[in-house]
This record gives sequence, structure tokens and C-alpha cells, in this order.
Amino acid sequence: MTRVVDIKELEVTFATDGGDVVAVNNVTLSVEAGEVLAIVGESGSGKSVTAKTILGLLPETAVTRGAILLNDREVVGMTGAQLREIRGTDVAMVFQEPSLALNPVFTVGWQIIEGLRAHKGYDAKQARAQAIEMLGKVGIPSPEERIDYYPHQFSGGQKQRIVIAMALVLDPELIVADEPTTALDVTVQAEILDLLRQCRDEFGTAIILITHNMGIVADLADRVAVMYQGNVVEEAGVEQLFSAPQHPYTQKLLAAVPRIGSGGARATARATERVASGTVNTAPPVVVARDLVIEYGGRFGRHNFRAVDGVSFTISPGEVLGLVGESGSGKTTIGRAIGGLTKITGGSLEVLGHEMLGIRERAFRPVRSDIGFVFQDPASSFNPLLTIAQCVAEPLIVHGKARDAAAARPRVNELLEAVQLPRSFADRFPHELSGGQRQRASLARSLALNPSLLIADEPTSALDVSVQARVLELFAELQKELGFAALFISHDLAVVDMLSDRIAVLYKGKLVEEGSGNDVLGAPQHPYTQRLLASLPVPDPVEQATRRTALNALKAAD
Amino acid sequence: MTDPVVTSAPPRRAPLWHRLPIVHQLRQSVGLQRGMLIAGLTLTGIFLLTAIFAPVLAPYGFAQLRDDNGFFGAQQAPGGAHLLGTTVGGYDVLSRVIWGTQTALAVIVVAVMLSIFAGVFLGLISGYIGGWLDRVLVVIADAVFAFPTLLLAIVAAIVISGGQSTLFGGVLAAAVSITVVYIPQYFRVIRAETVRIKSEAYVESAKVIGSSTSRIMFRHVLRNATRTLPLIFTLNSSEAILTLAGLGFLGFGIEPTSAAEWGYDLNRSISDVTSGIWWTSVFPGLAIVLVVLGITLVGESLNDLADPRLRTRRKADSPTSGVATADDAAPVTAATSATDSTGAPA
Repeated sequence: MTRVVDIKELEVTFATDGGDVVAVNNVTLSVEAGEVLAIVGESGSGKSVTAKTILGLLPETAVTRGAILLNDREVVGMTGAQLREIRGTDVAMVFQEPSLALNPVFTVGWQIIEGLRAHKGYDAKQARAQAIEMLGKVGIPSPEERIDYYPHQFSGGQKQRIVIAMALVLDPELIVADEPTTALDVTVQAEILDLLRQCRDEFGTAIILITHNMGIVADLADRVAVMYQGNVVEEAGVEQLFSAPQHPYTQKLLAAVPRIGSGGARATARATERVASGTVNTAPPVVVARDLVIEYGGRFGRHNFRAVDGVSFTISPGEVLGLVGESGSGKTTIGRAIGGLTKITGGSLEVLGHEMLGIRERAFRPVRSDIGFVFQDPASSFNPLLTIAQCVAEPLIVHGKARDAAAARPRVNELLEAVQLPRSFADRFPHELSGGQRQRASLARSLALNPSLLIADEPTSALDVSVQARVLELFAELQKELGFAALFISHDLAVVDMLSDRIAVLYKGKLVEEGSGNDVLGAPQHPYTQRLLASLPVPDPVEQATRRTALNALKAAD
Repeated sequence: MTDPVVTSAPPRRAPLWHRLPIVHQLRQSVGLQRGMLIAGLTLTGIFLLTAIFAPVLAPYGFAQLRDDNGFFGAQQAPGGAHLLGTTVGGYDVLSRVIWGTQTALAVIVVAVMLSIFAGVFLGLISGYIGGWLDRVLVVIADAVFAFPTLLLAIVAAIVISGGQSTLFGGVLAAAVSITVVYIPQYFRVIRAETVRIKSEAYVESAKVIGSSTSRIMFRHVLRNATRTLPLIFTLNSSEAILTLAGLGFLGFGIEPTSAAEWGYDLNRSISDVTSGIWWTSVFPGLAIVLVVLGITLVGESLNDLADPRLRTRRKADSPTSGVATADDAAPVTAATSATDSTGAPA
């Protein structure tokens, strides 16, 4: 085994407006040929910075100290020309967002060939043949034809395959994959992970995999380095790390990963509790959807796009319905329609006794005080110029419960306490809070008017896993305490399972399966649900290996 | 699971003095950008001071042709009683240049005030409400854009004052004609910002709360949309001076007896240039160049400083100098993108 890259005592410091920030502190790592090293950590832990340093991709504001030996050549301090020489041939990068990594105005073939011509001096014909071969290897069907396609003509997963093909075509010894599947759906993610595994096995490429998802680590990695606040706190073989984590941070991280099957018991307990208290079926449901259709206007000369197609479901008072689906399945559209942000085009949707088909904003406005909404991105859901107290007070002011932010202050303090934020946070501005804190403030705002229905649209997908666990716990506590009904939208089956009484699975705008968590996740009926469940990587390398074979069997059966 | 809540006091705020608009940017800047900003501020400062203290600084009135010793005489060379000489009309060049700052400042203030309110209001309405109103307003703005600005200003000057401007009417005519050209600029900028902000999650969250349209527009959208205004303000001010000078040069400006105006003086000095009389044209011309340069430098450097990608920073010092670690990336990145932030919380 030969060492491909050897990082010694790496230190990276960034100059920012708030003074210097040490992003990477004394990191020593190495990767051998044919090995997958996963660097795991939460946002801000320095994992991406470490990997980008290998390619010399840091911005000008960064100062690097230490040594990075790439095939026995020192990378730190290389000039632009030297860096260009090693990029592509020695080390290649696979980016997080494939649609941004590809240039939309050139064909994919041109973009693959560009690297070949820059480094190998192939003529046009040779390069094209090589590019076609590589596209075939990464699993693009009929590559001879599709080499002349533009990036927008491929799906997200195919685009990531093309990015990987671009990385592989120069036969690099090391591929740095920075969150290569974060932007992809879980079923596509499994395919890309398979492809990366194939790179390692067939080409003998070393891979540095940067991820925050412990399931992916368990699926692909040979060795794992856990980073926390710029330091490597633990480095171990994958099986050892998952079976016997040493560092307390690693233990905490693993404990915070949501696992499927954890919510079943809780849901049953809640159900029996409700039967005991006699609230079942006595009150009318808060949301009733019957053959709900939502279309988006197509561009001139095109058909309307049907985002939601004949979906029927109900949410009873105090019940949590989990809505699961991949991107484009229409789950967010349904949430927005219930919140009155998107107009419905057909069927019937009754929210708190109001028919939403053709409703006027004026008629719906009073109802809004009874609906809370938690948005996906905590960074942008607060007006950056208002303090947290002013933001949380907004619903109270709008609905005439308070004259101004000062008058609403007692209630605001109460709400912040409920979401376990200290009072002093009320006078801060949104950008002074971390993502998890902001999302809790968002929860406080949505609960300000004691709504009977809460819509949570992927409230934790932008958060780190340990923060996510905290927010989900809080959500469950508040739901139990205040008893509001909730629509919980997520792409993550495990997260939905933790909170929901019932789970509905959406696929391409249609509701394919609905039932209790135990039914849907324990014994899925629809093939899509089965595939979704099997694609979800679990944070356990041994179990994940068996699941992978099961998934392959399932795919072969299709 | 430990609770990550930090129960510390709110982050330290810099003293108010450091958070004032220009001072904040000045402290933030380094290197060439700082040099540009300081040069621009110095030039603009001199311009403003000269305008304010013109009655004290100028040796003679702007329309003064004679003093106790009789007439000044036309085209006198610099020196003696007239430091910068006299014009073909017999005015003192130095006094005309100094009094000219007042006219320029008055035109900037009136022009920007008139255009900024109308432009911002129309942009906000057009961007937020959209639909046919938006289309009509955008077409009108585009049509105004398509005209050569100076031609449009001439037309406006003729309509307002019949081309014969006197006293305060002259300043107003110039300002109004500049306004016509600048309303579309403010309109486009604010409209673009509004359209972007309209799809931000905090506007949608205001909508689901049940806020009325006007409340969303003025409380949530407007304040966030006006961040780029100081930049356009400075850039437009320099353009306003150029337009005013252009009008004066073409003979649509202000009469010499009403106010001193550099463009008019330049116009009068054309014939002097060929006969070797340089002082009548060089000094008003220099005044225009320096004021425009100063204001443009301020605007450009504010523009660069407002954008975290263009802003240069001091190189990071020794990484062992006890600096904050990246324990919480979110506030750090937010601080970089927010222009009014006063440093990341420790």
C-alpha cells in the first residue's frame, strides 16, 4: 500500500470581519491507495477546509501552515501553475451540488474533454472516445449520444455521475468528494455511493469523503476521522468507530443520529393515551384533503405542471402527520397550500373548516392566527433587521393581541422560555444566533398565537445532526404539552418516524402509502416505499452491508 | 444530550461612533480600498466645506463685475487682485469656482431628494404587487432609459423654464430635469431588490402570520431593499453634477447673474482656449473633475466594501495569537454577509 496523501500538522486561519478564525488546527491525516477516508463533522468543524487545502482551493483570505504531501510533493505554498498541474491528474474533486459544478452553456462531453486536453494533450478524436468510455463507466446510458447533451438534460443523480466521470477521466490517485450526495434524494444517493465504491474497487482510487451523514460513512468508508472545532478528535477504522467510539463527541454524534423504529413505541403510547382520554374521533379533523390537485402554470405552449395529483388525507386534532417524499414529490406544495401560500387547482382542501379552493385572502386571514408555520431555512426566515423579540412579536401585533413589540414582551419571554432560549436572546439579531437557536426562535414565533395546527416544512434539514436531535425533542415536548395538530414534512424517514402518529409517503405528486409508523416503516406495501426504506443508509457498517445487498436484490427484481 | 444554549450576555456592541455609516466602512477597509475611500472622502469633504463657507471663502460675489477700484476687466491673467484671473465676461474666476460648489450641492440635494422618494416608492409597489402595473412601469422606465439622458434633461429644462432659467428656478429646473433621468434608476434597483426579497422566507413567514400587504411592504421589504441606496446615491450625485455641467455647457443652465455654474463658465471659455487664455477653462473644469472623482471614489469603495466578496481584509496573523475558533460557523458566515454587523459573537 502506498500513501497517496499525507497531511501533517495542518493549520488554516481565515481573516474575517470578526477577526481571525482558526478553521483547522493541527490536523494530521493520511490516505492510502484504494482506501476511503471519511472526514465527519458538523458545519464549521473544518472538514471541507481540510479537503480543499489538498487542492489549493482556499480563498485569498486563508493562511495555511503545515505540510501536505501529495505523492511526495508538497502542496502548501505551490504556485498557480504547479497547482494546475496536480489538479485533475493527481487529485480531483467532486462537489456537493452537481448542477452548480457543471457549466450550463457547454455540453457535458466538452467539459470532460477540457480536462483531457489540458493535461494529456489528446487530439479531439481520442479525447472524445475517452470521454464516451468514461461516461459509460459511470453508468450513463447510451453515452455516444448523450455526450453531446447539455447539463440541464440530465437528472440530478446523472449530473453527479458526470461530475464523477470528469474527476475520473484523468485517472487521479485521489478523489476528494465534498458532501457528494447531500443535494440528492436518498434513492439516488445509494446509487452514487455504489459508484464511488466501484471507483475505489476498480480504479484503486483513494477517496476522501466529506460528510455529516453517519449512514453514508457506515456505507462507504474504510477509515473515519471525526473533526470537531478544527481538530481531529478521533480516527479509527469504520467498524471500530461505530461499535466502540472513544471520544465523547463521537459518542454524542452517534447517539444523535435518528434511527428508524425509534418512534413506533412513542406513537403507540400516544395513541393509547388518546383513546383513554376519549378525544378520538369526537372532534372534526383540522385538515381534510379530498382528491387534492395543485398545478403550476406551465410556460407558454407547455402543459401545466401537476405537482400534487389526487391526494386525500386527514389530520385530526392533536395528531402529527408525517409527510415523506423526495424532492419534487409535492410535499412542500401541500404544506404551502394548507398555509394558504399556494392556490389549489382542483379537488377539495378544508383547513379548520374553510374550503381552500378559490378562497380569498381576506376571508382566510383570520384563520391564519390558528396556523403556525416553521420554515426550512432558519437563516432566511427572519427579517435580518428586526430583533428576535420583534420577530416573535409580529404575529401578536398583526392579530391585535399587542400594540407593539414592547407590549408583547411578556408573552415573547414566555415563548422563548418554552423553546428553551434565554431571555437575553430576545434583543439579539437573527444573524447573531446559530442555526438551531434560530429554528427554535422560529418555533416560538409559530406558536405565539397558540395555533391548533402547525406546519413544519423540513424544519431540521438545514441543521447539524446533534442540533437536529435537540430541535426534534423540543418539538415533541411542545406538541405533547400544547396538543396542536401538526403536518411534519421531511425527506428523512427516520426524522418523520421519531415524531409522527401517522406517516404518508408521496411519490411524484401521488400519495402511495399512508398508515401508522409501524405499518409504513415496518411492513411497507408499495414498492416505492420499500425502495426508499432500503436506500436509507443506517449508521452501522455491518447492518448497512446486509441492507445494501437487500437493496440490490430489490433493484434486480424491478 | 447537553443543551447547547449559551447563557452569556448579548454580544458586545461597538460604540455608536464606530457604527455610523461612513465611519464603520472606513474602519473596515484596508489597503488600496482604504486609500480610495480616504481620497474620495477628502475630496468630497473639501467640496462640502467649500459650499458651506462659500460666502467667507470667495473674495467677490459670483455676479460681481466691479469693486471700489472700478471694473475687474475681462480676461485678466491670474495674479494680483484676482488669484485665478477673470473671465471673458469680467467675473473673478476664483469666486465663480467657489460659488459654483453651492449650485452643484443644491442641484444634487434637490435632484436626489426628488428622485429617491418617487423612485423607491414606485419600485417597491411595482416589484411587490407585480402584474400589469409592474409591466407598465417597467416599460416606461425602459423608455426613459433608452433616451440619451442629456437630451431628456434638455427637454425637461425647456418644458419647466422655457429654457430661460433665472435664480432659484434655474437650480430647480436643472434638478427636475436630472430627476426625470434618475427616477428610473432608483426604480429599477429597488424593484429588483424587492422581487428578490419577495421570495425570501421571512416575507412568506410574514404572509402566513397574516400580515397585511402594506405592513409586509413597508416593514419587511422596504428596509431590506434600501441597503444599496447609499451606493447609488453617491454614484448618482456625481452624475447629477455632470448633467448639470452638460446643461450649462449647452446653454440650458443657469444665467451668470443668478448663480455661478461651472458648465456655463466652460461654455464661455471656448473661444479663450484658442487665444491662449487657459485659466478661464481649466479651473471650472478642474472643479468638475475633482468633485465627480471624489464622490465616485466614495461610491465605488462603499460598493466594494458592502460586498464581502470584493472586500479585502487584512491577512490573518499568526494562527496562535489566541483568536476565536470556528466553534459556531453560522454567526461567522452571517457576519461576513451582513454589512452592518459589528463582528461575530465570540
